Amino acid sequence: MVAKPKLYYFHGRGRMESIRWLLAAAGVEFEEEFLETREQYEKLQNDGHLLFGQVPLVEIDGMMLTQTRAILSYLAAKYNLYGKDLKERARIDMYADGTLDLMLMIAGTAFKPPEEKETNLASILEKAKTRYLPVFEKVLKDHGENFLVGNNFSWADIQLLEAILMVEELDASILSDFPLLKAFKTRISNMPTIKKFLQPGSQRKSPPDSHYVKVVRDVLQF
Amino acid sequence: MGFSCCWSRGNHLLFQQVPMVEIDGMKLVQTRCILHYIAEKHHLFGKDLKEKTLIDMYVEGTLDLLELIIMHPFLKPEDQQREVLTMAQKAILRYFPVFEKALREHGQKFLVGDQLSLADVILLQTILALEEKIPSILNSFPHLQEFSVKISNLPTIKRFLEPGSKKKPPPDELYVRTVYNVFMP
Repeated sequence: MVAKPKLYYFHGRGRMESIRWLLAAAGVEFEEEFLETREQYEKLQNDGHLLFGQVPLVEIDGMMLTQTRAILSYLAAKYNLYGKDLKERARIDMYADGTLDLMLMIAGTAFKPPEEKETNLASILEKAKTRYLPVFEKVLKDHGENFLVGNNFSWADIQLLEAILMVEELDASILSDFPLLKAFKTRISNMPTIKKFLQPGSQRKSPPDSHYVKVVRDVLQF
Repeated sequence: MGFSCCWSRGNHLLFQQVPMVEIDGMKLVQTRCILHYIAEKHHLFGKDLKEKTLIDMYVEGTLDLLELIIMHPFLKPEDQQREVLTMAQKAILRYFPVFEKALREHGQKFLVGDQLSLADVILLQTILALEEKIPSILNSFPHLQEFSVKISNLPTIKRFLEPGSKKKPPPDELYVRTVYNVFMP
């Protein structure tokens, strides 16, 4: 029996959440080990598992993978979510990287000093509304298909849904000018594996709170 | 991550950012995406999935370090000196030891497998850029020193390192001003 992939990260979204989404959408069961103490982190380092001393870390297929994008690329290819050729892959890569940029901006606000948080969030929402969401609305409009690339479900669709939901947590009306994204959101949310992941009790993590920030700061010492 | 830009009115820049590379009928943006496409197309991604994944991990790490160098001229002057120290620390404590060890352990010319990969190219670029700020940066890394020489001497790279090539000089004041003027007129 093949071992399940194992994820090593904090008990929160951060840079691991997109990886959880990808695995869940692909219908892959995975285990998680949560970092809570500096000692755990140092042990992982001393055991030589953290290539550049960083998490996320994913144990899969006999490898200890680090570097978020490298992990995501590997999984997308493994679970056939990377398009049918190099050109489709490039398009999926572009879309996924763009949405990842947006989501990491949001993840970063939790660590900003209180006086900067509000302006930071406002600027991110502005970027979502003017830089990112319009692009995907147009992509869907131009080809009229159900999925972003190649008329097939791909990693780009999973990341876009994740990003939409994350932005909606900050501004519930964010999709009001984007009818095709609204339909996209409903459609992708209703795919069986994703529907399951969106239900309470799944391995999807909550937005960062002060406890999460404290644990990350303590473990990584910054 | 890139900057915002006003060229987006022409619809050439997907997320209003550069770099943008026009290639094979596509307008590619997102640095990593562009790098991946070129590497795949021109066989710089190893011979199998395991090599590719290792190359990817190495590239991602090196790009994090390179990003510090890229952003450096845009820091406030009073922060720039300290940032050079940060770069040096990260290079010496986090990144270089990994590559030094890999080269030492397998004794090969290239970081991964037996052919040139994107990992070698990006690492060389980063080493040379760092040496411009910190000439002694490779002092404790004999295998990286050897790597730097060997990769620099590969014909295509040697040509790129010669004067008159498309390699760009380190950022100066004019460069920084131009970037600011374009993104924040």
